[in-house]
Amino acid sequence: MAAKSIYAASDTKRRAKAWSTVVGLALLVVVVFIVSMNTGYIRLSPLDVGKTLFGFGTDKQSLILFQFRLPRIVISVLVGAGFALAGCILQGITRNPLADPGLIGVNSGASLMVILFVALRPSISASPPYTLPFLAFFGAAAAGAVVYFLAYKKSDGVSVLRLVLVGIAVQAGISAAIIVLTQRLNPEQYQFAATWLAGSLWGANWKFVLTLLPWMAVLVPFVMSKARTLNVLSLGDHLSVGLGARLQRERLLLLLAAVALAGSCVAVGGAISFIGLIGPHLARRLVGSRHEILLAASALSGSVLLIAADTISRVSDTPTGIIVAIIGAPYFLYLLARAR
Amino acid sequence: MATHSIGEGAHASAKKLRTRPLAASVILIGGLALLALSMALSISIGAKAIGLSAVWDAVWHFNGDLTDHQIIRSLRMPRTIACALTGAAFAVAGSVMQGMTRNPLADPGLLGINAGAGFMLAICFAFIPHLLFGQLIWMSFAGAAGATALIYGLGSLSRGGLTPVRLALAGSAVSALLLALSEGIALKYRIGQSLDFWLFGGAAGVRWAQVDVILWWIGGGLLAAMLLARYITLLSLGDETAAGIGVRVGWIKLIGAVIILILAGASVSVVGFVSFIGLMVPHITRYLVGVSYRWIVPCSAILGALLFVLADLGARMVRPGSETPVGALIAIIGVPFLLYLARREGREL
Repeated sequence: MAAKSIYAASDTKRRAKAWSTVVGLALLVVVVFIVSMNTGYIRLSPLDVGKTLFGFGTDKQSLILFQFRLPRIVISVLVGAGFALAGCILQGITRNPLADPGLIGVNSGASLMVILFVALRPSISASPPYTLPFLAFFGAAAAGAVVYFLAYKKSDGVSVLRLVLVGIAVQAGISAAIIVLTQRLNPEQYQFAATWLAGSLWGANWKFVLTLLPWMAVLVPFVMSKARTLNVLSLGDHLSVGLGARLQRERLLLLLAAVALAGSCVAVGGAISFIGLIGPHLARRLVGSRHEILLAASALSGSVLLIAADTISRVSDTPTGIIVAIIGAPYFLYLLARAR
Repeated sequence: MATHSIGEGAHASAKKLRTRPLAASVILIGGLALLALSMALSISIGAKAIGLSAVWDAVWHFNGDLTDHQIIRSLRMPRTIACALTGAAFAVAGSVMQGMTRNPLADPGLLGINAGAGFMLAICFAFIPHLLFGQLIWMSFAGAAGATALIYGLGSLSRGGLTPVRLALAGSAVSALLLALSEGIALKYRIGQSLDFWLFGGAAGVRWAQVDVILWWIGGGLLAAMLLARYITLLSLGDETAAGIGVRVGWIKLIGAVIILILAGASVSVVGFVSFIGLMVPHITRYLVGVSYRWIVPCSAILGALLFVLADLGARMVRPGSETPVGALIAIIGVPFLLYLARREGREL
C-alpha cells in the first residue's frame, strides 16, 4: 500500500513536470515565432512588427509581414507539428526510434506526383494553387498504401521489420522514376521541381494555410485521442494483443493518420525530412514516453525546429529542407550510435 | 599453409555450407563468353549501327581513315569497357561487404557509400570545376571513405552492433543526408540537371582518359578481393569463429573496407550512382556457386560486368536517340529484388 502511494506521488510529480515542460515548449514556439517575424531579407524591429500587427505600419511593412512572412511562419508551425506528430505515431507503432514519415514512402510519393505534374503541364503558373497540394497528398497516400500492402503478410500482418525494408525498396523505385522524369524537364521546370523537392515552403501564402488547416483540425485531435492506444501499441505486438488492443485495425488507423498528416504537410511544405524524426526524439527526452504528453510535446518541438530552420533558410537563401538536413543529420547519427 | 588446412577444416565441419566448383567453373567460362559477346553487341549497336565484323576489325586491325572505326575506338569501346569494369567492381564490392558483415542487405548504394563519393564530386563540380579526372577520382575515394568510416564507426560505436535492418536504415539516412547536401549545392550553383543524370548513373560520357585511370584501380581492387576471398569466407562464418580459427578479424575488415571504397569510389566517379548491382549479383552468385568466396568473388565480377553491359545496352535501346539513365533500368530489376529480400525480413547469411 505504502509503496503504491509513493509510486503514485512520484508519478504525479513527474507528470506535472512533464506538463510544465510542454508549457515551456509552447512559450518557446511563441518566442521563435516573434524572432522569425523580425528576421529576414528586410529586418523589421520588434516595435515595427508590433505596430504593423495592429495596423499602424507602413504599406511596405504590412505587405512584408502579412503577405510574405506571416503565412510562411504559420505554415512552418503547422508543417513542423504535422511531421513531428506523424513521426511520433510511426515511432510508436513500429517501436523503432529511427522511424520517420519519409520511411513509409510519403515524401517520395508526393515528390513523384509533383514531378509528374510539372512534367505534364506546360506552364506552372497557369494552374490553380490548390492542385499541387492535393496531387502531392494523393501521391503520398498512394506510396504509403503501396508500402503498407507490400509489407503485409497474411500470417502476421505488418511486421516492423518488413515495413522498414519495404519502405526503403519503394523509395528506391520511386526515386528511379523521378530521375527518369527529371531528365525530360526543361531547365525552368527543373529548377522549380528541384526547389520543391529540396523542401522550400514554396507555397507560403494564406491559401495554403487554409488548405492545410482543415487537415490539421481533424487529424490532430484524432491523434491526441489515440494516445492511450499508442501507449499500448508501443509495448510490442504480443503484449498489446494480450492487453486487448485490436492490433491490426488500430495500427492501420494510426498509420493512415500519419500518412494523412505527413502527406498534407509534404504537399504544402515540400519534401522535408528529419523533422518527423527529431521532433519526437527531443520530446521523448524532455517528457518521457507517455503518449498523452509526448504527442503534444512532439508537435511543439517540431514547430520550433521548423520555424528556426525556416528563419535560417530565409537569411541564408538555402531551401529549408537542406537546413533541416544539416541540423538533423548529426543528431540522427548520434541517435543511431547510441540506440540499442 | 596453416591457414589453408584450417580453412578446409572449417568447411568440412559445417555440413550446411556447400560449394559448387562445377557450377562456378561453368559460370566463369560461359559468363566470360557471354560477356565478350554482349560487349561486342554493345559496341556494334548504337545511334549508328555498325556490323560485328567491323567491330572485330576496329579492335584488331584499326584503320584511322574509317569513321566507323573512329566511333568504335573513341566512343563505344571506352564506354563498354567502363561498363564491364564498374559492373564487376560494384558486384565485388557488394559481395565483400555481404561476406564481411554477414548482412544480406549490404550494398555500396544502399549503405550510402556511393552517396559519399557523389557528394564529394558535387563539391568538385561546384567549386573546382576544372579538375583532371585523375585528381577527381581521389576526391571520389575520399567521399566514399568518409561514408564508409561513418557506417563502420556507427557499427562499432552502437551498442550490440548494427543489425541488418538498422544498417539499412543507417545507410538510407546517410545517403538521404548526403543527397540533400549535394542537392543543395546543385541548386545553389545551378549544376543540377547535369549532376542528376550522373547521380543516377550513365556511362555515356566515358572516354579513354577515365578508363585508363579506373582500369588500374578497379583491376587492383578485384585482384586484392580475390586474394582476400579465403578470409572473407571465414569471416562469413562469424567474427568469433573466424577469430577462433586465427584470422585477424580487425585487419581483414580494414583491408576489406579499403577494397570496397576503392572499387565503389572509382566506379561512382565514372558511371555515377548505380545501386542494386552490388546487392543482387552476390545473392544470385551465392545461390549458384555456394558459400566459398573464392568462387563467389570471381563469379560475381563476371556476372556484375555482364549485367551492367546489358543494362547499358538496354538503356540505349529503350528510346533510341536518347539515353535512359541506366541506374533507373537496373532499379526495375533491383527494386523487386529488394522487396523480395524485405519480405524475407533480411534473413539468410
